[in-house]
Amino acid sequence: MSATPFLVLSAILFTIGCVGVLTRRNAIVVFMCVELMLNASNLALVTFSRVNGNLDGQVAAFFVMVVAAAEVVVGLAIIMTIFRTRRSASVDDASLLKY
Amino acid sequence: MFVPLAETAPTVDPSTSGGVFSLLWVIIALPALGATVILLLGNTRTSRWAHLLGCATVLGSFAISVVAFVALLGRAEEDRQIGQKVYDWVDAGSFHVDFGLLYDPLSALFLLLITGVGSLIHIYSVGYMAHDVRRARFFAYLNLFVASMLTLVLADNYLVVFLGWEGVGLASYLLIGFWQYKPSAAVAAKKAFVVNRVGDIGMALGTMLTFATFGTLTFAGVSAAADRASDTTLTVLGLLFLLAACGKSAQVPLQSWLLDAMEGPTPVSALIHAATMVTAGVYLVVRSNFIFDYTEVAQTAVVIVGAVTLLWGAIIGCAKDDIKKVLAGSTMSQIGYMMLAAGLGPAGYAFAIFHLLTHGFFKADMFLGAGSVMHAMDDDVDMRHYGGLTKMLPVTFLTFAIGYLAIIGIPPFAGFWSKDKIIEVAFEQNLVVGLAALLGAGVTAFYMTRLMLMTFLGKKRWEDGVHPHESPKVMTVPLMVLAALSAVGGLLLLNDWITDWLAPVVGAEPHVAPEIPAIVLTLIIIAVVLVGVAIAWLTVGRSDVPRTAPARVSVFTRAARADLYGDAINEGLFMRPGDRFVNGLVTFDDHAVDGFVDGTGSAFGGMSGTFRRVQTGFVRSYALSVLGGALVVVLALLAVNLA
Repeated sequence: MSATPFLVLSAILFTIGCVGVLTRRNAIVVFMCVELMLNASNLALVTFSRVNGNLDGQVAAFFVMVVAAAEVVVGLAIIMTIFRTRRSASVDDASLLKY
Repeated sequence: MFVPLAETAPTVDPSTSGGVFSLLWVIIALPALGATVILLLGNTRTSRWAHLLGCATVLGSFAISVVAFVALLGRAEEDRQIGQKVYDWVDAGSFHVDFGLLYDPLSALFLLLITGVGSLIHIYSVGYMAHDVRRARFFAYLNLFVASMLTLVLADNYLVVFLGWEGVGLASYLLIGFWQYKPSAAVAAKKAFVVNRVGDIGMALGTMLTFATFGTLTFAGVSAAADRASDTTLTVLGLLFLLAACGKSAQVPLQSWLLDAMEGPTPVSALIHAATMVTAGVYLVVRSNFIFDYTEVAQTAVVIVGAVTLLWGAIIGCAKDDIKKVLAGSTMSQIGYMMLAAGLGPAGYAFAIFHLLTHGFFKADMFLGAGSVMHAMDDDVDMRHYGGLTKMLPVTFLTFAIGYLAIIGIPPFAGFWSKDKIIEVAFEQNLVVGLAALLGAGVTAFYMTRLMLMTFLGKKRWEDGVHPHESPKVMTVPLMVLAALSAVGGLLLLNDWITDWLAPVVGAEPHVAPEIPAIVLTLIIIAVVLVGVAIAWLTVGRSDVPRTAPARVSVFTRAARADLYGDAINEGLFMRPGDRFVNGLVTFDDHAVDGFVDGTGSAFGGMSGTFRRVQTGFVRSYALSVLGGALVVVLALLAVNLA
């Protein structure tokens, strides 16, 4: 079994997520794109684990999932708070913390 | 070069001895104790008895000095150097200095002069300062002055000399500025102190070079090793000690402080000019004869300094109307004679000391006499306000007249013998120097006669409300004693006593027959002196003296009134360039150094002002930066791994 298709899929997913983060304004969408990038890297980790024949990559993938879950908790809470105060979820609107 | 070098200079080789010689340290300790007690207890607590203590301590020192002198007279000539170690002063590794004293014929004469004339000045001060509320403090300073000077002349090494040297400088500062509420006195004190510091640089460097060269600072060690040192080293040492002597003895080019030092009370002027302070420079040169004897260059420099100063001081004395300033100019001039003689080597050392002693007598006499006149004239110092004082101040006039005859060199008064000898030796060595000394004698006769005519003779030109009266006994008795000494001081030359007495210290030179017979030269000197007196009589004595100094005078008079522009020269050569140099440094500091530091700060400030614009507040631009950074890292890793 070749690892190439998995890695190509991982790269495509990562690029979609990356472009989404840079171009979209809605915080929820940006957030989902970040998740997409995390899962793309998870896919790459699991693929390499398989290729190398050990479990290191899979363990790392679990760590990423745990961190992502925690991030979702905190991130969604922040987005909710921002939406409640500003009536908008646009990341460009929340630009007061600057020089 | 005209100064013949001695083959070898005499060495200092003291032996320890008991008896009165074990009391040498007491001579210094007594006045030091007096100063300490009075200063620690303060002016008000001691005001009732401080003057008595001050006189008693110096008289005690004088008594010991006399007994020691008599004991020294009784010893064989080669046995007349007595050393006494008081205590270990500095003991650090290879650097060891004792607080040691050396009593030999030279120190013996100085001790007698300092304590003898010093005692008379102390006694005189009791009367002169009677109405000053700070008289106790004055006596403490006088005692300190005497103690420092005694340390200087009793020291057996250069470091202890330096201690006394600085002590004299401090005491003179305190005394010149004694009436420090007068701005002129405060400035004069500072000026004396600063100018003396310039000379002290020479003393300090000379002391250091002595140690670096010889590994010891004692006169004994240096004199034993002096002939083995290189010519250059000895010349540099000689010039450094000459610089030191110029500062203390007010010789050109460090002469400017002496005239201003007249701001101090008159007994201080007498003490500075006769017994202490200005004689220290001559003492240093004569004491260091074992260095100067080996270096023609330094000796020549001493002679030139002496010759220039003796004319410089005399010319200033001709134009001054302030009685004390005339006497101050005359001191410069007479010390110039001593320096000149000291620079002539073994032929002149003894006469330098001889003139120093006689000068000590007649100058103290005249300064105290001037103080007595000022006392009578309500502290007016302008001779144009005097005149016609012979009847009012008979004792002052007679004693002053004896000092006058002594200083201009009328036989048989003391100054004649000593000045005659110096001029004689100067002519033996070099015609130009001899002529300078001879001319100086004539000018001295002129300005001293002018002083006498303006002060005591002629018509009364007193200020309104001045009622001259003779001073009390406590002031006139010291005058009489000093006048007597001025009259008979020449006896020291009887049978060449003083040259023989000093020979173990300074060496003696076989007398060469001079080109001009001595008696002819003496007659020439007396003739020149009489010409000086006659000119003074013709210009000052015949006509009435105007009460204000004439403004329309020749260029020379104006120059002499301005101290021959000594201050202007100092200002132009040192003060202004120094000012400019310092201003340049300040400008450099303000602009270059501060500019660099400030520039660095503002550069970083400006950069941060620019770079903080990167923080826009837009999350997505941050994300782009992170992506860009990550890309750079990845590409760099790839480039490194693939290369």
